[in-house]
Amino acid sequence: MDMRVEVAGVTLKNPVMTASGTFGSGEEFAEFVDLNKLGAVVTKGVANVPWEGNPTPRIAETHGGMLNAVGLQNPGVDVFIERDIPFLAKYDTKVVVNVCGRSVRDYCEVAERLSDQDVHMLEINISCPNVKEGGIAFGQDPRAVEEITREVKKYARQPIVMKLSPNVTDITEMAKAAEAGGADAVSLINTLTGMKIDVHRRTFALANQTGGLSGPAIHPVAVRMVYQAAHAVQIPVIGMGGIASAEDAVEMILAGATAVAVGTANFNNPTATMEIVDGIRDYMKTYGVADIKELIGAV
Amino acid sequence: MAEKFKEQAVVIWQEAISYGVFSLWLKTDRIASGAKPGQFLSVYCRDGSRLLPRPISICEIDRHDMAVRLAYRVVGKGTEELSHLQRGDSLEVVGPLGNGFPLKEKKAFLIGGGIGIPPLLQLAKELQCEKRIVLGYRDSVFLKEAFEKYGEVYVATEDGSEGTEGTVLDAIRANGLDAEIVYACGPTAMLRAVKEYARERKMECWVSLEERMACGIGACLGCVCRSKEKDRHTNVRNKRICKEGPVFRAEEVEF
Repeated sequence: MDMRVEVAGVTLKNPVMTASGTFGSGEEFAEFVDLNKLGAVVTKGVANVPWEGNPTPRIAETHGGMLNAVGLQNPGVDVFIERDIPFLAKYDTKVVVNVCGRSVRDYCEVAERLSDQDVHMLEINISCPNVKEGGIAFGQDPRAVEEITREVKKYARQPIVMKLSPNVTDITEMAKAAEAGGADAVSLINTLTGMKIDVHRRTFALANQTGGLSGPAIHPVAVRMVYQAAHAVQIPVIGMGGIASAEDAVEMILAGATAVAVGTANFNNPTATMEIVDGIRDYMKTYGVADIKELIGAV
Repeated sequence: MAEKFKEQAVVIWQEAISYGVFSLWLKTDRIASGAKPGQFLSVYCRDGSRLLPRPISICEIDRHDMAVRLAYRVVGKGTEELSHLQRGDSLEVVGPLGNGFPLKEKKAFLIGGGIGIPPLLQLAKELQCEKRIVLGYRDSVFLKEAFEKYGEVYVATEDGSEGTEGTVLDAIRANGLDAEIVYACGPTAMLRAVKEYARERKMECWVSLEERMACGIGACLGCVCRSKEKDRHTNVRNKRICKEGPVFRAEEVEF
């Protein structure tokens, strides 16, 4: 059985990646998960300088999901290069660095700093709903998506994956804009903007008032958008959004995803990623699938 | 850093110890052996609509029988679900998590407020020095007898139904108590007052904080608190409560 998939010229041993922001830089989860078994580790977003993130509370649980408004707290690219990349380089897995910024210049600076590093792909986060500047502001305008893609592409030595926001009217416009700008792949979906109100205290559950909704509750939205994007562009689509089981992952692949990322499920079960890899293998065995690539966009 | 384990723990015994407060003894495979006072467990719900683990502090550790005791208040659907578990039921837990209290052999105040009281019980068991245990409650008192085995216990209640009427600091003053070091866990307002009390008297003060968490193991950066200095890991003035904490030197953090 062949579980290998290829994304932008990078071969992953299986299609299971981690979703940015849910797995740190892998170190904390390495106590529970054998990182060698994953297709790729996608790191938490890193910016050119350290970011303090939003005030707390940053987390609120919702029915079948959760809201977060961490606000892209990160140690900055220098500490990341010194500490996190060498840690990940010890493992036989691909490393995808999620890049965030407040301006086009910020993204380009991080891409440039990472150009000589042991990193296989960059995921450009133009879809975080929890920061005022950058993030989603870039991801909701197709012209901005195309422009930022083209600019980052000039500085990046590794393939770039544009991470798209679901908080748009037409996801295919954004996917096409990324492709037109020269993106090597797109990943979707980032979180859906939501709000929770604590009725007992009559206040917002999150200090940021709004946050990004993730978890099984958003899975059908993600499957629909991955399907639409995969039919709109030629570049590979990495599917994510509420994947909590091997069935969810296979569903995303059938919808058109070349690889998938597991996010909020890591909080519900720290060994979720490995269990999903095993579960996909079982699915292939059960249905006599010799090569996982047969499943990509098969519906 | 002590090793963490994901386990199916088995309920040995659960009982209500006050209105809405439950004591839960769990049999674990390995968690109990390495656990320290002030650490916590991530407790996972069975109901799939509730994704996030509930961080609950360890109240007692029985390393001989590999058991841990949790004491918690029912505050929502997750803890409500937990309160229905019976002997023989299993539940998924990860732990032990966080740093725990440092054990210093100095004359100590153990100051607990409400549902912040339980983690001080194991601390009281392990501290070999002179101890003054000060417990603050809104009204109904719980775990008091358990503490009395390990030191002098003073109670404060907001409604005056038992001990000193008022706060833990009122009980300290009313009884003329003193110590060299403070260990405290409880509501933020109490911790702020205790921090100020200790600062004025130049006492070493350790506080256990809480915050909404998602992963419980230091990856998601959900549960940070502001720190006085730049944190070595985060490279900003934020410390992860689940990892660098939940116990901090009071003057190192803002709350």
